[in-house]
Amino acid sequence: MSDHAIVVEGLEKSYGSVRALCGVDFAARTGSILGLLGPNGAGKTTAVRILATLLEPDGGSARVAGLDVVKEAAALRARIGLAGQYAAVDENLTGFENLEMVGRLYHLGKAESRQRADELLERFELTDAAKRPAKTYSGGMRRRLDLAAALVARPPVLFLDEPTTGLDPRARIGMWETIEARVLAGTTVLLTTQYLDEADRLADSIVVVDHGRVIATGTSDELKDQIGGERLDVELESADEAEAAVSALAELAQDRPTVEGTTVHAPVRARTGIIPDAVRRLDAAGVAIVDIALRRPTLDDVFIALTGHAAEEEPETEEQREAAAA
Amino acid sequence: MSAFAGTVEDSLILARRNLMRIPRQPDLLIAYTVQPVMFVLLFVYVFGGAIQTPGFDYVDFLMPGIIVQSIAFGGFVTALGLSEDVSKGLIDRFRSLPMSRAAVLAGRTSSDVLLNCLSLAVLLAVGFLAGFNITTGGGEIALGILLLLFFGYAFSWVFALVGLYSSSPETANAIGFTAIFPLTFASGIFVPAESMPDGLRQFAEANPFTTVTDAVRHLWLGTPANTDVWMSFIWCTVILAVFAPLAVNRYRKVAAH
Repeated sequence: MSDHAIVVEGLEKSYGSVRALCGVDFAARTGSILGLLGPNGAGKTTAVRILATLLEPDGGSARVAGLDVVKEAAALRARIGLAGQYAAVDENLTGFENLEMVGRLYHLGKAESRQRADELLERFELTDAAKRPAKTYSGGMRRRLDLAAALVARPPVLFLDEPTTGLDPRARIGMWETIEARVLAGTTVLLTTQYLDEADRLADSIVVVDHGRVIATGTSDELKDQIGGERLDVELESADEAEAAVSALAELAQDRPTVEGTTVHAPVRARTGIIPDAVRRLDAAGVAIVDIALRRPTLDDVFIALTGHAAEEEPETEEQREAAAA
Repeated sequence: MSAFAGTVEDSLILARRNLMRIPRQPDLLIAYTVQPVMFVLLFVYVFGGAIQTPGFDYVDFLMPGIIVQSIAFGGFVTALGLSEDVSKGLIDRFRSLPMSRAAVLAGRTSSDVLLNCLSLAVLLAVGFLAGFNITTGGGEIALGILLLLFFGYAFSWVFALVGLYSSSPETANAIGFTAIFPLTFASGIFVPAESMPDGLRQFAEANPFTTVTDAVRHLWLGTPANTDVWMSFIWCTVILAVFAPLAVNRYRKVAAH
């Protein structure tokens, strides 16, 4: 058990008639980043709230850092850090005051709280803004302060609930770098996200959730392998030549190529020389091409294959689900 | 560290946080001090001439009541602050920390006491300028102040509950004002309850705002005491005993909206 910092078994939670979690199981190896991936309303935040002791489950069990999230909640709180989409900082306090207050509330003592605040402000490149109220901070700075607050007590387990939702692309990449560089030293991280590129980049293993259920588990590569290997995408000059292209590529492909407008997709096994080979065959068949590329499936492809809908769309709101369930 | 000492320490850390915020939100401070002063000026100089208060100058009749009203609604800062903390997710952070479950609310309500002291000083100063006269001795004056602060503290817990149930500071504001008007106007604060029609008069006489106002009048002006002073302390205790557990219980469950 001790090699897993987070163990979740059969977790259930309903809000009225809406079942947010219907028997969820997953585990995170100590020191790894587990990505909980799913669309809005999939149950990700509910799972994090239960693990962070903010919410009691209706059924099942969860242990974090070896402690039961319900029975040992009080002891567990000293060993977790929580940061997320709300960027829960006091806007009227300065960056330093925010971190000092959190340190005091973790009972680190006055001197250590201050020292820790200075240290974290420096690590998160907020030293220049340390004496300004947080309301003057940019969105990215607030998230960094929020993440710093979660790290004040050096918790062995960290929950990051959609840490980049609402950030602009540059701030998102900055946040990823911060998480990668600053968080990794032995900390177990549970990261929820609706962004596939985020899970792909940060998570050691991924749990895909949809409608309160786990629908797939594995590393990013394992998930991509589940729906097949590489694919050759050929863009034609004219859709009229699609049939000719399909027959020219048929021998290379593992499965019959498909056509989408002027693009032909051929599932293939990657090997050296496959692109020149394909070009020669197309040339011999007299097919004119604009572009040709070999690509791995993305997690988007995985998600659509698993759920039948894209991850970032919002399939239904909570209200609609409630109405549908009633 | 015992649980109680831990609660006190955490509460003080949060009370300090609340007080540090005040000078940075000057609009709140202004609302907090100017509004009661406006009420004093409005009632003493605009309505005062038309209101009959046999045996009193109107300013003497009015001041204890208007102080009771201001202090009771001083806890409004708690409602606004808590609903803001809930909607911004700060309550989630606090609830995930290894701190006392009562500290966020105790920190709020105890910083209200200091704000209420400030409000009391401003109101008394304006009252004295408008001709208010305290005719009793030190002990009674001090007991009056103590009663006012206790009443304000009890009401802070009422507002803590309002704040935790409000989805936004605007909602807290609306709920608060809906409660203020019937409670303060259907009482003996601005006019004697005896002047009201049947039904309303009985409500006003049973209203704790009337009881506490009459108690302060007794303690500061030497009017007949009846049972008002000890009844006032009972009211404060009952309000506190009902609303503090309700608010702490709500705090344990509250979620960001």
